[in-house]
Amino acid sequence: MTRLRGAGPILLAPFVAIVLALGVAAVILALAGANPVGTLRDALAYGLEPTTLIAVVNKALPYYLAGIAAAVGFHLRLFNIGIDGQYRLAAFAAAVIGAAVSLPPPLHIALIVAVALVVGWGWAAIAGLLYVRRGVNVVISTIMLNAIATGIIAYLLSPLRLAQQAAGSNNVATATIPASGWFAGIPTPAGDINGGLVLAVVVGFGYWFVLRRTTIGFEVRAMGLAGRAATVAGMRSSRLALLTMAASGAIAGLVGLPQLLGASHRFGLDFPAGLAFTGLAVAILGRNHPVGIAVAALAWAFIERSAQVLDLAGISREIVTILQAVIVLSIVVAYEVVRRIRTRRERRLVAVSVEGSAG
Amino acid sequence: MTAATARPRAARRFSVGATMVRVALGFAVLSLLSGAFEAPDLFSRGGIGATLRFAAPILLAGLGAVWAERSGVINIGLEGMMIAGTWFGAWAGYQWGLGPALVAGVGAGVVFGLALAVLAVTLGVDQAIAGLSLNVLAAGLTRFLSSVAFATVPGGSIVTSPPVPAFPSASVPGAPWLLGPIEHSGIPILGDVAAVLLGLLTDVSILTIVVVLLVPATWWLLWRTRLGLRIRAVGERPEAADTLGVRPWRYRYLALGVSGGLAGLGGVYLVTVASSLYREGQTAGRGFIGLATVIFGNWNPWSVTVGSLVFGFTDALRTRQEVTVGVLVAGLGVLCLIVAVRRGLARDRKGTLVFGVAGVAMLVWFAAVRVVPSELVSFAPHLATLVVLAAVRRRVRPPAALGEPFRRDA
Repeated sequence: MTRLRGAGPILLAPFVAIVLALGVAAVILALAGANPVGTLRDALAYGLEPTTLIAVVNKALPYYLAGIAAAVGFHLRLFNIGIDGQYRLAAFAAAVIGAAVSLPPPLHIALIVAVALVVGWGWAAIAGLLYVRRGVNVVISTIMLNAIATGIIAYLLSPLRLAQQAAGSNNVATATIPASGWFAGIPTPAGDINGGLVLAVVVGFGYWFVLRRTTIGFEVRAMGLAGRAATVAGMRSSRLALLTMAASGAIAGLVGLPQLLGASHRFGLDFPAGLAFTGLAVAILGRNHPVGIAVAALAWAFIERSAQVLDLAGISREIVTILQAVIVLSIVVAYEVVRRIRTRRERRLVAVSVEGSAG
Repeated sequence: MTAATARPRAARRFSVGATMVRVALGFAVLSLLSGAFEAPDLFSRGGIGATLRFAAPILLAGLGAVWAERSGVINIGLEGMMIAGTWFGAWAGYQWGLGPALVAGVGAGVVFGLALAVLAVTLGVDQAIAGLSLNVLAAGLTRFLSSVAFATVPGGSIVTSPPVPAFPSASVPGAPWLLGPIEHSGIPILGDVAAVLLGLLTDVSILTIVVVLLVPATWWLLWRTRLGLRIRAVGERPEAADTLGVRPWRYRYLALGVSGGLAGLGGVYLVTVASSLYREGQTAGRGFIGLATVIFGNWNPWSVTVGSLVFGFTDALRTRQEVTVGVLVAGLGVLCLIVAVRRGLARDRKGTLVFGVAGVAMLVWFAAVRVVPSELVSFAPHLATLVVLAAVRRRVRPPAALGEPFRRDA
């Protein structure tokens, strides 16, 4: 009963956040000298065109994977800001090794995916070990590891080492992966969907399955919801934290693959960076649920894609970043308010029933 | 777990004498090596000046974190507050001069600090999420504002501001006259000592001096006044403070306001002293490194100062020659081996192994490559942060209520 009554506000929260974000968007647009209503309508119309929608889906794939990676950590309140470094290092290693070998298609892709998983796993495990063994705050350690990953990639991604100057541009990139290591696109009338969609679906299902249908998933959830009770029941928090962090990193390692295997086929200076906050935001918006995260990733990609209209109107696209921060903030505030209302109501129910049994 | 943690607590009391001996020993090793392998700018006057300039913003972030965390709130938003400080400092500075730059930069930091207070203290949002979101908000906001305010004026662009005036510098009178000859005398260790002193005493920006004075000011306010006692009480036992009439919210708001202001001042420092304009991405994670100095420094402003000097020194390495950094690696290798021997004498097998392997690895690197490429130097402060945090974390004690939102009904 309480559960059902609580569901209303939970679903309401995202809408409140979106309305608030639209309000902020309108204010900023008005300040920048544009017509807010007209611009937002143009953005919406552009975002709903079929070709744009395909682009939105493709854009949402890395966001979804990053969201799942962040959600894994959230179960133990581990903020994996290191998704950024983990996926870039993983994608870089996968690109180098993927280009160096030639194998039949399924094996080639499997090898590249395995490399990405292992590199992401290992890079995140450093932060996990530092946390478990030395008590180092994960937010700080993963941010430092991001900077270190950036430096390592900058060092190795040089014509002197593991990369080459691309012909006719000043982009420096690794060698191109042979076609046997590419994701096949999924054709639609409006254009191809990135084959990474399959990977995303598999990861999303795996996330749900491990968390809800295995012992280890149960232990992680138990430790996150009631750490002391879980410890008394014999679960070891340090082991679970290390495992969770490494698993988050392994999934983060896959974030770059839709881009690498489905689009660019090599890792260059222009490889997209900075998806850590996106992952956290999408996981928060999606409430750690695999389907919720998918919706949130699509919404995130939709906002970014439709904002391209702003360039035509002569407004900096950066207001999207502001909007995204506002969305995340208003949604966490909304969730917190909802949580408080529920706690209060439950307390009142308990008080009533206690009084009733006493009298 | 290890022998080190099993030792009684009293055996590890901080000793000024022993620390000074260690610092002197480390300095002597590095100085001799830099002389032997021709790395002139390890302890040059300019290098030390650069260390100060790189350390000051980290120190300001660190002091900001001390204020916030002593009141019980983790300020992950320091980076964003610093970003706001750089942008608004530059924006006011290039138009109206240094005074307005200070007011605007510090003010922007305070506003962001209070925003974190609203989210984390009043609304009870998770402190890490609130702080991270504010960082993104600050980055997005400044980028947008740059496109409006800087891209349209001469000398500015979408990622940089027009040039900002600099704070005047001061020197201790007579220092160059007294120490200059020793600096150039070529005497092995003494020459470097003179160079370090000259770096610290000459051509120091007025703002740097202000920053240095903020350390005792923070200590005095937090440990010697009623206000400070209350802030620290709120960070240790908010319930107890509340029952005595000290309202936790009020003191956390105040502490976060000060925290944001200090980070904002760090931003102003970056645009007026460490460089001469606003550049996007200028803070480069210094807010986070500042957070790390607080853990390193056991939530104490004096130790935070030491930590920020260490990180400032590694940060300033990027201004040095690759050869010099190589020599520094060799010096650290030698010091690691010395520590390994001492650990061995103390029968700490694990410590001996860790320091021994690290020392040998560094010396092998030096023997084989001699230099450290600039791409790898770029993350020296971040690597140092990780290593230092891993090394010290067990010996420190954070405020008891750190990270926990306070609610009366909870």
